[in-house]
Amino acid sequence: MGKTLYQKVWDAHKVGTLSDGRTQLFIGTHLIHEVTSPQAFGMLRDLGLKVKYPSRTFATIDHIVPTINQDVPADPLAADMIDAIRKNCDDFGVTYFDLKSGKQGVVHVVGPEQGITQPGSTIACGDSHTATHGAFGAIAFGIGTTQVRDVLATQTMAMESLKVRKIEVNGKLRPGVYAKDVTLHIIRMLGAKGGIGYAYEYSGTTLDHFSMEERMTVCNMAIEGGARCGYVNPDETTFEFLKNRPYSPTGDDWEQSIKEWKSFATDPDAEFDDIIRIDAEDIEPTVTWGISPDHGISIGESIPDPAAADPDEKAVIEEALAYMKLPAGTPIKGIPIDVAFIGSCTNGRLSDFREAAKLLKGHKVAEGVKAIAVPGSQITAIQCEKEGIAKIFQDAGFEWRAAGCSMCLAMNPDKLVGDQICASSSNRNFKGRQGSPIGRTILMSPVMVAAAAVEGCIADARETFKVTENSAA
Amino acid sequence: MAIAPITQISGTAVPIPGADIDTDRIIPARFMKCVTFDGLGEYAFYDVRFDPESGEKTDHPLNDERFNSASILVAGINFGCGSSREHAPQSLTKYGFSAIIAESFAEIFYGNSTTLGLPCVTSTRENIDILKAACAADPTLKVSIDLDAMTVTAGDLSFPVDMPASARQALLAGKYDPIKELLDNNDKIEATASSLSYVR
Repeated sequence: MGKTLYQKVWDAHKVGTLSDGRTQLFIGTHLIHEVTSPQAFGMLRDLGLKVKYPSRTFATIDHIVPTINQDVPADPLAADMIDAIRKNCDDFGVTYFDLKSGKQGVVHVVGPEQGITQPGSTIACGDSHTATHGAFGAIAFGIGTTQVRDVLATQTMAMESLKVRKIEVNGKLRPGVYAKDVTLHIIRMLGAKGGIGYAYEYSGTTLDHFSMEERMTVCNMAIEGGARCGYVNPDETTFEFLKNRPYSPTGDDWEQSIKEWKSFATDPDAEFDDIIRIDAEDIEPTVTWGISPDHGISIGESIPDPAAADPDEKAVIEEALAYMKLPAGTPIKGIPIDVAFIGSCTNGRLSDFREAAKLLKGHKVAEGVKAIAVPGSQITAIQCEKEGIAKIFQDAGFEWRAAGCSMCLAMNPDKLVGDQICASSSNRNFKGRQGSPIGRTILMSPVMVAAAAVEGCIADARETFKVTENSAA
Repeated sequence: MAIAPITQISGTAVPIPGADIDTDRIIPARFMKCVTFDGLGEYAFYDVRFDPESGEKTDHPLNDERFNSASILVAGINFGCGSSREHAPQSLTKYGFSAIIAESFAEIFYGNSTTLGLPCVTSTRENIDILKAACAADPTLKVSIDLDAMTVTAGDLSFPVDMPASARQALLAGKYDPIKELLDNNDKIEATASSLSYVR
C-alpha cells in the first residue's frame, strides 16, 4: 500500500519514540518572529543551551512592526521586542531578515519568497498559520514557545502523529471566486473543530491548477478548520516557483532536489483516514457573519436566524450576533463597513494585490471608509510599486502601507476603533481580534474587500466590478 | 531538570461559559508585547472580565468573588482554539489555574498546556454541564481530578475523563517537559540530520 506525503515526510524526520509514546520529530526548518521567540531564548539561556543548528533557523519581524514608518517602534515594549530578537539572533548565530535587509515581511510570506520553504521538509514556527508552508508539500506546524525552545536546542520536538484527511476540490471556480472562498467554504462545511487530529491534504483539479500563492491561501487557514497542518503535493508549479530563489538548491543539486521532492508526493494507492469531495462550481464568494471562521455564508445568503436554528446552534448564533450587532435573517450584502483591510499571511501576496488592483482600477473607496492595503513583505511591496499596483490602490483611496501583519491581529498601531466593522482579507474574526475589544471582523477574499471598500458595505464583487462569465480569463 | 509527577489535582472550580473560547479571548494580543511570560496572569480573559467601554468589571464568573480561589477551570467545546500563543496557558497558570476540564480542546493549546504541566482533561457535555451547575451552586465544592484513575470527583458526583495516553503518561511520569529526553537523543538527532539532503 502506498503512503501519503504526510507519512513519508514524518517517517523521514522521525528521530525516535519518546517514553510517553510520542515521536521525536526532526524539524528541518525553523522560522521565528519577535512575539513567540524571546521567552524561548530566555529558557535556552537559563538552561545554558545553544542553538543546535543555527543555519536551520530563520528570523524576521512582522507582528509588531508599524506599517507607517516601519523603523519607529510604536512604544517601548515593541522596541524591547525588536531589540530582543536582534540580540538573540546575533548571540546565537541565526539568520535574521531585518527591516534594512529589504527581505523583511510576514514570516509566512518571507519563507516561500526566499526559497526556504521546500517540499518534503518539516517546518515549525511559533505561529499557528505555519500551515501556509504546506502549500509546497512541506509538513508545517504552528508551535508554542516551549516547543520553540525545544526546536532551537535540539532541532526536534515531541509530536503526536495525525490522521490524514484528503479534501479534493475538482473543477473550475466560477469567475469572482478565489482561493480564499475555497478555504472559507471548506471551514464552513467541516467546522472550526472538524480538523482536530487531522492533517489536511488539499488536492483535486482545482488545486492542481492553482498558483503557489493560491495554494498558500488555502493551506494558511487549515488551523481555522482545526487541522494542525495542511498541504498540497509538490508538482511542476511548485518547482517553477522555487527555481532561482535565494535559498533554493542550484546547479546539479537542483535536478537532484526535484527528483527527491517528487518522491515525497502521495502515492496513487495511498489510503486516507477520511476523504471529502467538493465541486468547485458549488463555491460562491464567501464571507463570515459571526465570531468564528466557520460562521461563513455565501454573499447571496442571509445572516442566520437563531429562531430557525437547532437548539445546539441557537446559543452560538445568539452570542455571535449579539457581538456582531447584525440583524438575524437579513442579507449580509449591504451591511455597512467602516474599514477595509487587504493584507496578512492569508492574502498579502503579489497575486492578491494584482487581482484586486485589476478590478479596483478606476473605482473610488466610498466616503467614510478607511481602506488600507498592506503588502506581506518588503519584496511584495516593491514589486507592487514597480507594477503600478500600489498607485492603483492609492488612486482609489486606499492607504498603501509597509510590510507587516498589520490589522490581522493588531499588535501594532493598525487597529479597529470601538465597534467598527472591518471587511478583512485576514484569517480570524474572533472577538477583539483586530485590536478593539468590541471591533467586528468580516472575512472575505481581497477582491471582495475591494468591492466592500468601493460600495461602503458588504458587496458582491462580481456586481461591483461587473465580472461576468465572459470577462473572466 | 527533574520535575515532579502530576497525578492528583484538587481545588475549587469555576465554570466558564461559551464554546470555541479562542486564545485571543484568553489573552488578547495587545498583552503579548513582552519578552517574558511574567505578569500575564492579570490579563487572562481581560476583555470579557472588563467592559471594553466603561472599564467596569463584567458579570464574568472570574469576577465573582466566590470563585476567587478556584484553581480548576471548567469549559465547553474546542477550548483554546486559534493562535498558537503559549501566552494563553501561561496566563492561566499564572492566574492560578492548575487544571482544565472541558468538552474538547484545540490541539496546539492542549499541547502547550501539557508541556507546562497544566493537565487538560475532557468529558461529555452532559458531565461537564452537571459539574458546571454543581460548581455554580456551591463555589466551595472541592473538585478532584485523578489522572491515575482518570476520574473527576466533586461531592457525590463522579465521572470518567479522557486525555491522550501520551500526555497522561508524561504527566504521571513527570516528563511533561520533554527537553531532557530530547537532548539525550543527540546522536540520533545528528543521524537524522545527516540523512536529510536539505539539512546536511
